[in-house]
Amino acid sequence: MEDFIRVENVCFQYDENEKNNSYALDNISLSIKRGEFVAVVGHNGSGKSTLSKHFNSIYLPTLGDVIIDGMNTKDDDCIFDIRKKVGLVLQNPDNQIVAGVVEEDVAFGCENLGFPPKKIRERVDSALKAVGMYEYRTHSPDKLSGGQKQRVAIAGIIAMEPECIVLDEPTAMLDPQGRDEVINTVIQLNKEMGITIILITHYMEEAVLADRVIVMDTGKILTDGTPREVFAKVELLRKHRLDVPQATELIYRLKSCGYWLPECVLNEEECVRAIKTLIRK
Amino acid sequence: MVRDITLGQYVPEKSLIHRMDARVKILLLLMVLVFIFACRNFVSLTAISLFSIIIILMTKISFIKYLKSLKAIFVIIIFTGIINLFSGSGDSLWQWQFLKITWGGINNAIFITVRISVMMMVSSVLTYTTSPTDLTDGLERIMSPLKLIHVKVHEIAMIMTIALRFIPVLLEETDKVMNAQKARGSDMENGNVFRRVRALVPVLIPMLVSSFRRAGDLAMAMECRCYNGGKGRTRMKVMHLSLTDLIAVIVSFLIFGAVIYLNAVYPAVI
Repeated sequence: MEDFIRVENVCFQYDENEKNNSYALDNISLSIKRGEFVAVVGHNGSGKSTLSKHFNSIYLPTLGDVIIDGMNTKDDDCIFDIRKKVGLVLQNPDNQIVAGVVEEDVAFGCENLGFPPKKIRERVDSALKAVGMYEYRTHSPDKLSGGQKQRVAIAGIIAMEPECIVLDEPTAMLDPQGRDEVINTVIQLNKEMGITIILITHYMEEAVLADRVIVMDTGKILTDGTPREVFAKVELLRKHRLDVPQATELIYRLKSCGYWLPECVLNEEECVRAIKTLIRK
Repeated sequence: MVRDITLGQYVPEKSLIHRMDARVKILLLLMVLVFIFACRNFVSLTAISLFSIIIILMTKISFIKYLKSLKAIFVIIIFTGIINLFSGSGDSLWQWQFLKITWGGINNAIFITVRISVMMMVSSVLTYTTSPTDLTDGLERIMSPLKLIHVKVHEIAMIMTIALRFIPVLLEETDKVMNAQKARGSDMENGNVFRRVRALVPVLIPMLVSSFRRAGDLAMAMECRCYNGGKGRTRMKVMHLSLTDLIAVIVSFLIFGAVIYLNAVYPAVI
């Protein structure tokens, strides 16, 4: 499969006049394939949010290039084509809803693209059904819960039928229930509609669900691989003050106490199974 | 609680007036207001007042709510009434130093009071029966010819939409900040006006900062959804005129015709 997103030696500096060469992104290269579900994890200030804003030319790299499906984000003529392909969902659901009625907000993107009213209606309805918010279409957004608002925001992006959705800590401001709602929606979009997902998060439990995890620290990529590969490196993650999922942590500690257990465990189920096998022995 | 302030005055009901196109409602309201002002005698004023009251009853919203809308301008009504009462010309019925009451004054006072009250109540029909979103949409479309003389119609409508959207959000935040400041020992309920105004400063500054942050986020979210200032933008909702709108326009114009006729036939009193 060809690469959908290619990030080539990207450096990014917020203030170019700044004397000390502190880069928010420091020589990052990575490529993401169509249909992949990638989680990017890291601390505050690790550059993961900055990176997310490079995928649809909100930020332009100071050095290097970001290529989306053959288009350079630095190319002004491609800006709207890129933004049509790559949607961005932000952290605070309140700050990204434009209109006072759910369906009108979802329609906002399509209206900007200048589609005829009938086509917008169809897309809005199917986007709202895709995130399970169709019954709320005539409601006012401020009567909804955080998880519901975030799903409306996602619907607003889906209505534009993007090939990729970048979510910048979409669950950071939500309660556990809202978090589940949003993550389940995201997984469903990836599996059923084949949309490429880049999920920026600091919850390791969410990162485990992805096909691939990229760990960032101080503007660099620390490690990149399947969740199983990444979370096997407990020591490396610890050294950079990053957590691992609780189940992984438990098994890791038991292992370091000398018990014989499998290499890397990602969720509660595997953890229970591993401990059961151990006890039977 | 700050949060309890209701936004706009929209009262959802299922009436013919509610179902009318916002554009038609705005334009007809403007014309009704003009004709209320154009009335020269009691006969035409009665005609348009009755018409207004029939509309008000058709909205199925309680008449008391409309009377309450007068509360805001109660002082103005009383004030203009009294001024008019004492400023009529002709034979005086009662006099005390320079103040005198005449039949003309009484006429004027009644006329003005009725005129202002009806105007206020009929204006409420628009805000009570049209949701804020429909209202902004309607205004945008009515004002669209102004684009020819470079009025930024789309921008104005977008500002109104965003303002309406964020008022409840900001109210909720104000509430949170106020509680946070109270928890830190700020006293906002006691003391004289100056002390209370000063106690508001620690609320306003965080609110200002957060509004700017929100504005930045919102701008980014709008850019992500290909917003480029309304160029080539279409709308999902198409407003179309229905039979109700047509009938409303015809009936209104008949009434306006009647007002002009009655103005001409009966002598002017004002």
